[in-house]
Amino acid sequence: MKKEGQIRIPSGCAISGIFSKNRENINGKKIIDSITTMHDRSNGLGGGFAGYGIYPQYKDLYAFHVFYENLNAKLECEKFIENHFDLENLSKIPIRKTASITNEPLIWRYFVAPRHSKLAESQLDEKEFTARCVIKINSQINGAYVFSSGKDMGVFKAEGYPEDVGNFYRLEEYNGYCWTSHGRYPTNTPGWWGGAHPFALLDYSVVHNGEISSYDANRRYMEMFGYECTLLTDTEVITYIIDYLVRRQGLTLQEMANVIAAPFWTTIERKDKEEKEKLKYLRNTFSSLLITGPFSILLGFDGGLMALNDRLKLRSLVVAEKQDMFYVASEECAIRVIEPNPTRIWSPKGGEPIIVTLNGGTN
Amino acid sequence: MEIQSSNLHFKELNDTIKSSSDKIINIKDCIGQRYIGSGLSNKDITIEGVPGNALGSYLNGSNIIVKANVQDAVGNTMNAGNIFVHGSSGDATGYAMRGGKIYVKGNAGYRAGIHMKAYKDKLPVLVIGGAAGSFLGEYQSGGLIIVLGLGATNDPPVGFFCSTGMHGGKIYLRCNNLPIDLPSHVLGKTADESDMNDISEYISEFCDEFGLSKEEILSHNFYVLTPNLENQYNQLYINN
Amino acid sequence: MVMNLFYPEYEVIRNKGKCINCKICQNECANEVHNYNDKLKIMTDDSMKCVNCHRCIATCPTNALKIVKADYTFKQNSNWTKSTIEEIYKQSSSGGVLLSSMGNPNDYPVYWDKILINASQVTNPPIDSLREPMETKVFLGKKSNKISRDENGKLITKLEPQLEIAAPIMFAAMSYGSISYNAHEALAKASEQLGILYNTGEGGLHNKLYKYGKNTIVQVASGRFGVYKDYLEAGAAIEIKIGQGAKPGIGGHLPGSKIVGDISETRMIPEGSSAISPAPHHDIYSIEDLRQLIYSLKEATEYKKPIIVKVAAVHNIAAIASGIARSGADIIAIDGFRGGTGAAPTRIRDNVGIPIELALASVDQRLREEGIRGNISIIAGGSIRNSADIIKAIALGADAVYIATAALISLGCHLCRSCHLGKCNWGIATQQPELVERLDSNDGCTKLYNLITAWKNEIKEMMGGMGINSVEALKGNRLMLRGIGLNEKELEILGIKHAGE
Repeated sequence: MKKEGQIRIPSGCAISGIFSKNRENINGKKIIDSITTMHDRSNGLGGGFAGYGIYPQYKDLYAFHVFYENLNAKLECEKFIENHFDLENLSKIPIRKTASITNEPLIWRYFVAPRHSKLAESQLDEKEFTARCVIKINSQINGAYVFSSGKDMGVFKAEGYPEDVGNFYRLEEYNGYCWTSHGRYPTNTPGWWGGAHPFALLDYSVVHNGEISSYDANRRYMEMFGYECTLLTDTEVITYIIDYLVRRQGLTLQEMANVIAAPFWTTIERKDKEEKEKLKYLRNTFSSLLITGPFSILLGFDGGLMALNDRLKLRSLVVAEKQDMFYVASEECAIRVIEPNPTRIWSPKGGEPIIVTLNGGTN
Repeated sequence: MEIQSSNLHFKELNDTIKSSSDKIINIKDCIGQRYIGSGLSNKDITIEGVPGNALGSYLNGSNIIVKANVQDAVGNTMNAGNIFVHGSSGDATGYAMRGGKIYVKGNAGYRAGIHMKAYKDKLPVLVIGGAAGSFLGEYQSGGLIIVLGLGATNDPPVGFFCSTGMHGGKIYLRCNNLPIDLPSHVLGKTADESDMNDISEYISEFCDEFGLSKEEILSHNFYVLTPNLENQYNQLYINN
Repeated sequence: MVMNLFYPEYEVIRNKGKCINCKICQNECANEVHNYNDKLKIMTDDSMKCVNCHRCIATCPTNALKIVKADYTFKQNSNWTKSTIEEIYKQSSSGGVLLSSMGNPNDYPVYWDKILINASQVTNPPIDSLREPMETKVFLGKKSNKISRDENGKLITKLEPQLEIAAPIMFAAMSYGSISYNAHEALAKASEQLGILYNTGEGGLHNKLYKYGKNTIVQVASGRFGVYKDYLEAGAAIEIKIGQGAKPGIGGHLPGSKIVGDISETRMIPEGSSAISPAPHHDIYSIEDLRQLIYSLKEATEYKKPIIVKVAAVHNIAAIASGIARSGADIIAIDGFRGGTGAAPTRIRDNVGIPIELALASVDQRLREEGIRGNISIIAGGSIRNSADIIKAIALGADAVYIATAALISLGCHLCRSCHLGKCNWGIATQQPELVERLDSNDGCTKLYNLITAWKNEIKEMMGGMGINSVEALKGNRLMLRGIGLNEKELEILGIKHAGE
């Protein structure tokens, strides 16, 4: 049987997120409670989490979380990492044996900084250098897969129900200001853990619900810019699009949302002149990055969280606020279970991004 | 206005010319900027230095004087106006010109006057003071091409395949011999008085600009080439 | 003894019981097939002259006529076919180069018919195209690959010149001269109503059609007919014609006998003067010369109009397209080897070039591999026959398509492939006034409008089925296609999987 990446597997899902604008510590247990409520939106073939602010002691280093299929892959990958990065710390990611989680790969964690000499030689900025190294490991070292590569954040994912995955990774031992989570409903077994969500590159992590219809138009466009879509999942290409538009092109999150969930031309026509020109410019310039079909996504990034629906709002998405806390989930119940009395709870419009950021700014 | 052009990109130079309200434009130190005068009307441009390719393309009624040589495709598809070149011109001089006049004091490169065509009151004229390269007047369908052969070392002052595909217009050659490879669809004969009357004003204008003696030029034999309409390619195809 | 080696290709079958000797067929047939015999008081026919255009059948008030393929035959031979033998007779009796019209009719693979389209089931939803928004609007032109902001951080929203079309369909170049004024006017009017564009071809632009300028693409071909400042400025875009799918590497020759009246006027050459389009542009002998022509046109029109470069699909098309994309062109139009023509040497038409499906797929892929797909839009043409072909072309990577033969068929063309004879009974490929007036331009406009509107609705329906509500999300979306009965190499070039995979 082919594993995910060799074939494309459509999926449905549940998503959920919590964010503290005051940078309060939120325990990993809380996000597990939230996603568990939506058990029936997953089918046990994938679950995962992303936590931000979880590695304060290493906050200036890139935290690589890596799956290895065998020891050879580990040796080869570590050689590559040591060649390109200064290694501050490495360890197995602590896990708890869980009956329903099987078929586990070797799971390692590295805290690294790009080597000065290699960075200077590459003539790239630090982020681009690191991103290229990650893409290189994932596309060229057989059996090694970096599934998390940001600073002061980490992705934890596996094949299984999200509550079991959270238990497996001992998330109750982590605290952070932001969590996102994902329960997956793939149409057939992915065959390995890489295809589970969140999908992450640098500090961007994406959880996403829905099968997009523009996939190959988006993928083939993105592959012009050095991205290699090895998993063939929607989440992977969406993450790359966001990275490209926001980090590399310098669009704001709002502008990025106007590209990937662009308003209909008829809507654009009704805007005032300046807004119309801007929307027309964005939609036209990045026309191949319009995402069609159903999606709701949560984008985690350094110091913020964004929620976005497709422009027809074909997927459910609920957001809520209470004081400085922000909640978002596929279903209201996943919010009520951890915050029974939010001050405000609503469903954003299709294509309208909801963005929250830390009051005190980022690191 | 005067434009010091040595450091300008062609787009800057041409934008400056187009946006200037002055009719008279003097360009100094021109060095390879392309498309000067493209589609332009109602300007008098004098250029010092060597302008780039496609000088005066689609020219629509302006005078351009160049004090040096010009490169390729001068007067490409021009419609009206005058271009005077005090040096020589490159390949495809006057390509597909429909109207206006190009006067080249020196030589012209390959394919001068190619596909020149006349229309209604528009009669394109290309006068070459020296010699022309091969394929002079290829596909010519109208207008006048005049080669004076001044200072030319060969007679006739043209290369090979002169007038190939010609189906209109006239070519004047000031020389003592017709091209030996004249195609069968072209007729060559000595110019008669009426032929010479047709070009008198252009020779005058040529001589006035370049300070030459009209009398001396006209005292020499001219041949005229015209298409042989009886002998075109009509029989080439069969309905299938 | 006089021998006739040619026999009629078609036979006129006249039902004597139904024929009322009204002579309409005689009047309608410019080929002079039908004749009333005064002595015998019956209609007779000379089948030898028949081109099988169906005009007589369509106009016969009593349905008394039919045209059938003559059933005489040579001895069965798969190698020396009837047409092969007859062509030799023609050439040995005339010494002529065989001349044909319209697209390559031979039995080459039509890849469109070996590609199947996807639809959504369960994992994501199809969209009801009748009630939900469905966007078919397309902008053609360069997209900048780097955004820029002003000093206040505001996005600078100036775009390179773009062509905005309401649907990804345009009418391909057909010159006034190769087709009639009424046909041209019908195309112009329909384009205006549809919010799309038509293309002048290389015959210049008739005075009366300048008012349709914003729906017009003006062409600059090697003959430069009718090209001057006002013409360049009249259109919404300028197309440099390098080549044409039906006759790559071949120029054109409209004989002086056809350069009369308005044709002479729009081409800006005297009446009776032959209009020769040389095989190359004589100012383009190399790719850097193309840049020179492109920028001379941009300079002449102040960078306000996108420049299209049209090329025939030939073997090395991917590299050629890449060169064009790097030469400042805004749009490339690729014309496949089944594209139509008003006249082309038969051997060229039937043997030179490659299918548009393969050319398009390889060009789109190459431009992506080089990271320059955004620098240029792609128009695919050369026998786009219906809306499914359009969906497939866009999913392979086209931004829009050119159609011409289909447009002519909607105007009444019956594909008799005799345009080069200039006696089109349907008033399309002719300049004879009495034939031209048979085509009413308003009626033709309605037909074109209906055709494109119907196709647009079909495109919306198919897109909806795939769960796509905007045509830009279909562009290059090859996962939406599967091959059927194609070999590995063909699938590889098309960049699609086989059905069932």
